[in-house]
Amino acid sequence: MSALIDQPVLEATLHSALSHGGEFAEVFVEDRAVTTARLEDGRVEELVSGRERGAGIRVVRGETTGFAHTADVSESGLRAAAAAAAAAVRGDPGGTRAVALTRRTTPAPHKIRDLPESVHKARKAELLERADDAARGESDAIRQVSASYADARRQILVANSDGLLADDDQVRTRFFVNCVASADTGMQTGMEAPGRSIGFELFDEISPEAVAEVAARRALTGLRARPAPSGKLPVVLKQGAGGVLFHEACGHGLEADLVGRDASVFRGQVGERVASPLVTLVDDGTYAREWGTYAIDDEGAPAQRNVLIEDGVLTDYMWDLIRARKEGRRSSGNGRRETYQHLPMVRMTNTYLLPGTDDPDEIVRQTPHGLYCVALGGGQVNTATGDFVFGVTEAYMIENGEITEPVRAAQLIGNGPEVLGAVDAVGSDFDTWAGTCGKNGQGVPVSSGQPTLRVAELTVGGTAGA
Amino acid sequence: MPEDADLAALARGVAGSALAGEQIEAYALRARETDVAVFDGEVESLAVSEVDGIGVRVIVNGRTGYAWAGSLRADVVADTLAEARDNAGFGAPDEFAGLVAPDDFAGVEPPDLDLWREELLRVPVADKVALALDVERATRAADPRVRGVESAEYADTAIQAAVASSLGVEASTRRCVASVSTSALAGDRDDTQTGYGFSVGRVPGDLDVGSAATDAATRATRLLGATQPESCRLPVILDPLVSRAILGLVGSALSGEAIAKGRSMFVGRDGEVVAASSVTLVDDPTVPDAFGAATHDAEGVPVRRNELVVDGTLRGFLHNTHSARRSGVATTAAAVRAGYKSPPGVGARALHLAPGARRQDEIIAGASDALYVQSVSGLHSGTNPVSGDFSVGAEGLRVRGGAFAEPVREVTIASTLPRILLDLVEIGGDLCWLPGSAAGLTLVIGEMQMSGA
Repeated sequence: MSALIDQPVLEATLHSALSHGGEFAEVFVEDRAVTTARLEDGRVEELVSGRERGAGIRVVRGETTGFAHTADVSESGLRAAAAAAAAAVRGDPGGTRAVALTRRTTPAPHKIRDLPESVHKARKAELLERADDAARGESDAIRQVSASYADARRQILVANSDGLLADDDQVRTRFFVNCVASADTGMQTGMEAPGRSIGFELFDEISPEAVAEVAARRALTGLRARPAPSGKLPVVLKQGAGGVLFHEACGHGLEADLVGRDASVFRGQVGERVASPLVTLVDDGTYAREWGTYAIDDEGAPAQRNVLIEDGVLTDYMWDLIRARKEGRRSSGNGRRETYQHLPMVRMTNTYLLPGTDDPDEIVRQTPHGLYCVALGGGQVNTATGDFVFGVTEAYMIENGEITEPVRAAQLIGNGPEVLGAVDAVGSDFDTWAGTCGKNGQGVPVSSGQPTLRVAELTVGGTAGA
Repeated sequence: MPEDADLAALARGVAGSALAGEQIEAYALRARETDVAVFDGEVESLAVSEVDGIGVRVIVNGRTGYAWAGSLRADVVADTLAEARDNAGFGAPDEFAGLVAPDDFAGVEPPDLDLWREELLRVPVADKVALALDVERATRAADPRVRGVESAEYADTAIQAAVASSLGVEASTRRCVASVSTSALAGDRDDTQTGYGFSVGRVPGDLDVGSAATDAATRATRLLGATQPESCRLPVILDPLVSRAILGLVGSALSGEAIAKGRSMFVGRDGEVVAASSVTLVDDPTVPDAFGAATHDAEGVPVRRNELVVDGTLRGFLHNTHSARRSGVATTAAAVRAGYKSPPGVGARALHLAPGARRQDEIIAGASDALYVQSVSGLHSGTNPVSGDFSVGAEGLRVRGGAFAEPVREVTIASTLPRILLDLVEIGGDLCWLPGSAAGLTLVIGEMQMSGA
């Protein structure tokens, strides 16, 4: 990647970026190629490919960051963007300094076998038809199947005025199936969308048929679901289904930019008990092959495994370069951006709760009355108040320790610190879930994970009595 | 810098390279944006950017391919066309695939809309920075209980786009949008509440910094002391910011594509009563004040007013060229694009309900016991336009005896989307155009389930 832009050009660009008195300058170069293919109505509707290449240049002076980006990565294009970013920090001309870059290599977290461009488009499209056949084969009540394949290869390069020169080659592949089932009780949908930071070898591990069957069964289950309860009750989250709870309940509140703005209920709580002693929460950008994994973040810092909460005690926040510089510490490798057109900020990677010792089946057996959640949609949090929601798309009632009838989709609502304290059983199993986090309108791939666990009490937003 | 004429020429050039038996549509875009974020009286970030992009759709023998690139350089455009052609080989044949022809909308004139402000490009960056600093300062000053401002921003964008097809359709559109927004933090550490305020216009001179700041402060401070109430069923009064989002969901279920594919709660309901008799819902991008106002849709077809629900009865759906052909009707000029990175879909631009008579304060004064909902969360995870399931997080105030009473937090409100439309007991007269595809107004829902303690 760095071969595409010569080191002397990067050094000259940084030099001109500092020409208005900036204290720090950075060039972020990205070359991204994506392919998506979509099927609906039993037909491959279209194959879409896209290509994006450009550079974002940032200059920091005091509290202010100036930013400009360009799709023109020639020496003159980079110099123009550097001048625009430099002008934005309103400093005086002069005071420039030379920058000498030193390459730093971070080992890839895992190997990629089948790069997206090495696989014929026909093989990608063919997966969709297999999913369609499998979903429709589940039942005549499956009336519509929408399947998508998506791959992305993202090559990035970061050079900054601290002398850093680093690059990464990130590959991701994901497969989506969404089914509509219909009966005289109405229509229901079911979705399943696994993704990993690997190439086409994803389909050695995950068959389109299996993904389709999960989505179809989820929609069919919805047809016999009764209205979800309304009010507080114990909630058991099946392994993998509930990681998004921690992403919302405390993940965002542990991002140093929000903490620094006094917009987090977890401000000033490092070293304090913030959760049940059963809770150990980790954000791990090095987790091999996971959806939120990378070698370096979008500021050039190596990904790390960061323990956020250990046995219920808050150990640290997540940091990007700007926040870390202010505090005189190192980035935790959590500075990310959607594309070169965006400024980086603190973001999660793969955020998960470590397994405990309880037998997952026993957690259900010891719940006299409650809700068992198998699949969740997304969620949302107000980090300043700690109130968060997440959608449940497949859930069952637990009666006398047995999983019984399915219930309709509903939202669950809670307060982060209260819910963390109410985790009263943590299982010995574990699974993860791929998603997209949309903080401040920038979508980045993240995963979340957890063992089967129980929250003693959570408000379930259905329409029926509890 | 290419202006309108250059974008149009570029799109025309790509479309004009169609071979025999091939249809090509090209969409070229250029956006210029400024974003200023301030914190604690300092500029936190200032981003000045230009975005170029091209999207090419190729249809051969009923097979569709699409490709895009984030550049308008000639060699990149040529590669993109080649890629779209290659992609067309992998789609399945579709008898309804095809671009719109000029004859398909003969006689329909585009509305005379003035959405562009050349002056925006001449506003000094320092003036934009000043607006962001002003809105932050005004938010802090609006109420002594405001202890901080979580975010205060100024943003503007000037977008020019051109679409051209090998069948001779051509259209250029351009518009400017400027906004300020602020989020107030009120109360102390044991009782924090947040409130959002914004103002939108076409140029900085249109923006009302004072009202954005006051809205943010009022919305945050009136929630101080909020508690989680007991679960119950009760009437719900939705703020325009909330109703706009719910109307947007209803609009997505009125897409002719969703109907044709059986992915909408309105499948098979054409001509039936789907809402209270007071409900008339139209999508009208010809309204100049609408955020989504436009002269042409994403396929270059002149827009028009589309009636969807009239006096509670479902009367129509939104269509682009493909969904219209498939349904045996004409396009309603409802092709929309999420930028240049995807082919045109179907969607509303300017949905609105026919407004009622009373202002929000009059509606509150007439309510004996209800929940006023100021904002909702989890709209995408808790609602489903196919099944109609609706369950979202909410915060707001109880209304008792015609006045705002205690603030409420950590509750959900639930019903189903079809039920909400039928249970609409009053539509406010306070129609306001807000960012997004729908206008907001105060709505009163006869009954919903509130889940809390």
